Amino acid sequence: MSDAIADLRKTALNARHRASNARMVAYAGWDMPVEYSGITAEHLAVRTRAGVFDVSHMGQIEIAGKDALAAVQRISSNDASRLKTGQIHYSGLLTPEGTYVDDMLVMRMAPSHFMLVVNAGNAAKDYAWVAEQIKPAGEAAAVDTSSRYALIAIQGPAAGEVLRPLTGVELDDLKYYWFANGEVANARATIARTGYTGEDGFEIFVAPNMADRVWQALLDAGRQADVIPCGLGARDTLRLEAAMRLYGNDIDESTTVLEADLGWTVGWKKTGFIGEDRLREQKEKGVERKLIGFEMVDRGIGRHGYPVVAGDKRIGVVTSGTQTPFLKKAIGMAYVPAELSAPGTDLTIDVRGRSSAARVVSLPFYKRT
Amino acid sequence: MAYPSDLKYTKDHEWLRLSGDTAEIGITDYAQQQLGDVVFVELPEIGRTVGAGEPFGSIESVKAVSELFAPLSGEVVEVNPVLRDHPDSVNKDPHSTWIVKIRASNSSEATSLLDTQAYERLIG
Repeated sequence: MSDAIADLRKTALNARHRASNARMVAYAGWDMPVEYSGITAEHLAVRTRAGVFDVSHMGQIEIAGKDALAAVQRISSNDASRLKTGQIHYSGLLTPEGTYVDDMLVMRMAPSHFMLVVNAGNAAKDYAWVAEQIKPAGEAAAVDTSSRYALIAIQGPAAGEVLRPLTGVELDDLKYYWFANGEVANARATIARTGYTGEDGFEIFVAPNMADRVWQALLDAGRQADVIPCGLGARDTLRLEAAMRLYGNDIDESTTVLEADLGWTVGWKKTGFIGEDRLREQKEKGVERKLIGFEMVDRGIGRHGYPVVAGDKRIGVVTSGTQTPFLKKAIGMAYVPAELSAPGTDLTIDVRGRSSAARVVSLPFYKRT
Repeated sequence: MAYPSDLKYTKDHEWLRLSGDTAEIGITDYAQQQLGDVVFVELPEIGRTVGAGEPFGSIESVKAVSELFAPLSGEVVEVNPVLRDHPDSVNKDPHSTWIVKIRASNSSEATSLLDTQAYERLIG
């Protein structure tokens, strides 16, 4: 056991998590907190007040140079020419088959400088892919800058009021999916108004040696509002309520952008991006299967990997599922044949040998008001 | 949390409280900590016969599902009605929240289970 922990990578906040008695798990090669006070309590804190997350395990790849835009346009599904400096969008890093090497955020740091924020478990694979695939684009270099950043998220309706006294950045002027450079608790920081919870909130990039200072400052400033530290467990239930896809569960190298119902992340007006031909073909012909949201009708929870069945036949698969703490329903996402994807359609899920009724519902399950 | 000395324990982190030939069965504090917030307990039908070591139900937390195994053979005579609406009782008070009552067909099977000391050694 101790050997296994020694082999795991640690974020700059690892000692803080362990000293605070967080429950730790191995996740994507990292030793990460899965829960502090309990998934339910943390989930509800984010929906009603705010929670603070260490997401420093996420990877960063920066692409810069005269032809950086062309490089990003080639590897990313979304249209980066539409990003202004300081703006962010969600996108796919695709294979030629239109499936996912990874999903990512693309940040335009400067006209010819972009930063991709990628999943921890894919960071090494992504960097190798990006470095190779941007070569034809001209003069642009990719650098894995993951070790330069700790990443701390504060998410929830109270996130702004907690962060405001700690920074000179005008948070009221910072729109959703924009970022600004400034400081937090006197540490240089890039503050992005993004998140993976379906709530308003911020993701704060700081140097690793400043991470503990910023983490503590956020919790101190949030004490009055009962802001609490949260782990990956609540991050997962929160993102699922918001129907945000999780790589490795809902999307991977076998699922296309259109099957995952993320066509809005494709820059259809641009040309020459990896995966384009397959996606245009699928767009024209239609997909055979599609990622949908479902609610359980019978008691029980349809979880990752459980089959969707019709009689004896396996017709689909659950990719994510849980009992959600806020909506208090058993919900999930699943790939099903396109003809069964309309909201209201009845489905049967094989819950450990028991046929259990579920119903297709529109996504997201939760949308903040 | 202390592990009461009037209970017997299994390697699957369940406890058993035997009175006469009827055994109350629940999960240990260690088990509930590992599971996290319990959201659903799948209970067997009353009258069902189970053999020692057989699965009789499941317990689901937000993040995982875990099977429940009968620590001894017998018939399910009662299921805890509280768990339908308050599955989190298992988290709050694990050693008092029984899940099922089994009428043991051979209560001597209980002698092979762990006592408090042995269980505390198991979970280290």
